[in-house]
Amino acid sequence: MTLSVDIRHSLGAFTLDVRFEAPPGLTVLFGRSGSGKSTVINAVAGLLTPDDGRITVEDQTLLDHSRGIDLPPHRRGLGYIFQEGRLFPHMTVRQNLMFSRWFRKSRRSDFGEVVDMLGIGALLDRRPGALSGGEKQRVAIGRALLGDPRIILADEPLAALDEPRKAEILPYFERLRDEVAVPILYVSHSATEVARLATTVVTLENGRVTGQGPATGILGDPMLTPLGARAAGAVLETTVKRHHDDGLTELQAGGMTLFVPRVAQRVGQPLRIRIAAQEVILARRRPEGLSALNILPGQVVKIREGAGPGALVSVATPAGTILARITQRSARELGLGEGVACHAIVKSVAIAPEDVGGAERIIGSA
Amino acid sequence: MAWLGPQEWEAVALSLRVSFWATLASLPLGIFVAHALARWSFPGKQVLNGLVHLPLILPPVVTGYLLLLTFGTKGPIGGLMQDMGIVLAFRWTGAALAAGVMGFPLMVRAIRLSIEAVDPKLEQAASTLGASRLWVFATVTLPLILPGIIAGSILGFAKAMGEFGATITFVSNIPGETRTVPSAIYAFLQVPGGESSAMRLVVVSVVVAMGALLLSEWLARRAGKRVAG
Repeated sequence: MTLSVDIRHSLGAFTLDVRFEAPPGLTVLFGRSGSGKSTVINAVAGLLTPDDGRITVEDQTLLDHSRGIDLPPHRRGLGYIFQEGRLFPHMTVRQNLMFSRWFRKSRRSDFGEVVDMLGIGALLDRRPGALSGGEKQRVAIGRALLGDPRIILADEPLAALDEPRKAEILPYFERLRDEVAVPILYVSHSATEVARLATTVVTLENGRVTGQGPATGILGDPMLTPLGARAAGAVLETTVKRHHDDGLTELQAGGMTLFVPRVAQRVGQPLRIRIAAQEVILARRRPEGLSALNILPGQVVKIREGAGPGALVSVATPAGTILARITQRSARELGLGEGVACHAIVKSVAIAPEDVGGAERIIGSA
Repeated sequence: MAWLGPQEWEAVALSLRVSFWATLASLPLGIFVAHALARWSFPGKQVLNGLVHLPLILPPVVTGYLLLLTFGTKGPIGGLMQDMGIVLAFRWTGAALAAGVMGFPLMVRAIRLSIEAVDPKLEQAASTLGASRLWVFATVTLPLILPGIIAGSILGFAKAMGEFGATITFVSNIPGETRTVPSAIYAFLQVPGGESSAMRLVVVSVVVAMGALLLSEWLARRAGKRVAG
């Protein structure tokens, strides 16, 4: 199933004009606050009627202005996970989870299975008021899933949580992405969430789509930095090769070896890591006598000079595209230009643990 | 209630019956109007709002007279209803109508406030889970405004118990038919030696009013606890 969105809407001086497709898997609508992300997701949900456009899920039309179709939210087959959970305070957790079953016939997803996956079995008879933020959000995920949605929407579902709670919930979305067949549209302005979760990224700036495609391609493109160059960082798809005794894990990517602080995944499992552009050093020759463990040879693909002293350089390496944020002066002195060979150097400890993730991690520990 | 004389008891029983039906019959309309005022935007909303509040600011005698003009047997609606065999003027049902109209603004206010306190985001969430507008109201809004509905009903009931001016103008003061407690107190005070009867009805009024208040507080607290989880 694929979600297709093509809408135009104006809100005062702000105009939205977006067109994108969300294939199966998790599509992150990525942009700053005010870029129009929430407007888009609410238009898909039917909570907001755009001035003009068309929204379809596979062969079902949710909205089509030219044909006068505008399905109300309750007939769109949604599973919407809100930032604040929005659990019904007068119902128990069980009643919250079962809510959609009063209105929808299908019984594909199994109640017990969903409850087990989210680890909320012990909470069923409690009321939302007695739950922690993380627990509430897990119940909200379960409530959305149990409605057997044709499409899952999530509007910054982690933004209201503190860091430990985010780390608690992120794996559930990774699991959702890998196990649920329907498209998931996920709004976020967090680079970590995009790097960990996105199958597809749609970058949004000032109400316009600036880029869309697989996460590795979009996040490795120096021209697309919806949060600014400071927050840029590329994503590498790796495989866990070996856990070493000194607290490091050896990863394999495109024949290259990378060392990161120990991760929980088992050997052989896929792992995504995000490397912040700030943490990457470029060198023309392979450096020697250097403490950094990860040195990846490659060629410069693109250089984007910012308004300030900085430049964002993408380097194609056998492991994947890496983004480096360096000064324009360094770029000049090194003689960097498109196609120039160089080495990207990344300290192992600079790879933040929250920027490392795969589906199997942490699941079961909840 | 042996210490109440038959006439007094008659007035108390009639008042309870009139107030009960006045409250029960106006409640669905009260919830509907409160919801419309709180959540919908439509032309004439301010007119509706003013109309609902009119009995609160008009002299009750004026309200009673307007009811008589409208629902009296010669009135436009009253005449129509008479053809169907329903007469309100000078009947206890008319007293219930007058009491209901007078209590309506209080009821609507209380319910409207509770509806405005419900987060519309919860209603949106319910709609994304497959609930139509009617179901959203029944499963989310209604349970959450229960304390307000209880408070509004008790207020309406208390107002109905004490209603005098509109009642006596619209349906007069007929023993056993329209002589409610306030009318009875008034009547007893007009005759020599009626003070003791009037006094007993005053005690009943105070007890009923206090009882209603305590009951509403208790119910609202219970409902509030349920809602807060």
